[in-house]
Amino acid sequence: MSRLSKTPEQPIIPRIKYNTILNVLMRGYHVDKRPITSYRPIEIVFNVAPKAEGSALVRLGNTQVIAGVKMEVGQPYPDTPNEGAIIVNAEYIPAASPSFEPGPPDENAIELARVIDRAIRESKAIPLDKLCIVPGKKVWILWLDIYVLDHDGNLVDAAMLAAMAALSNTYIPYYEVLDPDTGAIKVDKLRKKEPLPLSKYVVITTIYKINHALVIDPTAEEESVASYRLSVAIDEDKRIVGLQKTGLGSMTEKEIDEIISLSLAKADELIGILKSVKSQSSS
Amino acid sequence: MLKNADGSAYVEFGNTKVIAAVYGPREVVPRHEELTDRAIIRCRYRMLSFSTSDRKSPAPSRREIELSKVIREALEPAILSHYYPRTAIDVFVEVLNADGGTRTAGITAAALAVADAGIPMVDLVAAVAVGKIDGVLVLDVNELEDMFGEADMPLAAMPGLNKITMLQLNGVLTPQEFKQALTLAMKGIKQIYELQKEALRRTYVEIGEQIV
Repeated sequence: MSRLSKTPEQPIIPRIKYNTILNVLMRGYHVDKRPITSYRPIEIVFNVAPKAEGSALVRLGNTQVIAGVKMEVGQPYPDTPNEGAIIVNAEYIPAASPSFEPGPPDENAIELARVIDRAIRESKAIPLDKLCIVPGKKVWILWLDIYVLDHDGNLVDAAMLAAMAALSNTYIPYYEVLDPDTGAIKVDKLRKKEPLPLSKYVVITTIYKINHALVIDPTAEEESVASYRLSVAIDEDKRIVGLQKTGLGSMTEKEIDEIISLSLAKADELIGILKSVKSQSSS
Repeated sequence: MLKNADGSAYVEFGNTKVIAAVYGPREVVPRHEELTDRAIIRCRYRMLSFSTSDRKSPAPSRREIELSKVIREALEPAILSHYYPRTAIDVFVEVLNADGGTRTAGITAAALAVADAGIPMVDLVAAVAVGKIDGVLVLDVNELEDMFGEADMPLAAMPGLNKITMLQLNGVLTPQEFKQALTLAMKGIKQIYELQKEALRRTYVEIGEQIV
């Protein structure tokens, strides 16, 4: 029975706290006094794990997520001989919250990884053909691993920011093709060849329905009383490159319309932040 | 469909063939999983090993784990689970043959199976995907169309209440295309809803005749 997806246990929140959260949100503010459609302060630290080919730590209020990229040489898939591959994994480490348990990734972690994987893949943010070393024989396999370090709500947005920041910070290790016929190559991971080509930034903005309000970036406490959330992945060209509804509630078409317009506006802001921290770090 | 299950249903969308079975409300094993104010819904989506062109390993894939959750969350808003505290409602979705849209066929079948089990619901749930192929939005994509298309957007709704219970997008849509896709999907869902109601009515007319 362990592989069944089951209704999660609802957190027990004292009624007085529950009412306070709803009252404050209905007045248009988060419990920490910012407007309901604004993010908490976002901090991005690059290269937190120097042995990784790219890494970044994102702080979103008290939420902390770390993402790292490892590049390995592997064989291409038979149907795409000229393309590398991306593999995304996510883990909620037990240190991040009293409700996270050690063990293999659960359905929430798998969902998070797959949502981020689809957003990167479908938007073609990473041109996979640029990860080809010897066509049909050797390609780069890009392992993107995301760890939630501290959970205070809105993990999807934070994880996507961390993933993008890590990718923008990734270097392809130095390599030489010794023999294109056999696919023999020499790799020196201590040297960098070139930055990983990144064709565009993609971000995810998740909008939470809490009581009658559409809320951005809730804390863990606020998030626990949400009826549903809709994660919207948006790229630099303002296209929708992924959607995922999560939670026990249901949405009206009108709400979805509002969520999409809100997401488009907020995505601009997040992409702006990614670009500005990147240019500061490289200057 | 199945004799032992409390409710079951079989649904075909073209070559996509899906069986859903429901057991419950029944005792929760292990007991610590029960909730004191409602039934828990447990769901497993699975593809039979021969349902795909390359044999699918019977071990649960990450995709199946995600879809089990997505299907459960698509059904939860429709089920009046507060009527059955401390119980479990188990939903099993088995894909016999996969040709695109297995999760949407699975949801459509699962909702029927829950209704067939006599579990009170606020509405049925019907589901369908909209795809984009060569820039054209199409309803209910098959596997080939999904593979070569630019987008696949599965949607589930309670058509009587106009409430959407599941929405995913795998691919790229402009905000305008998304709006059109949503309208198209809702139109398709209303058609499926009529077929669902008809199937339920037919079943109970037959049962009624047997009793008389």
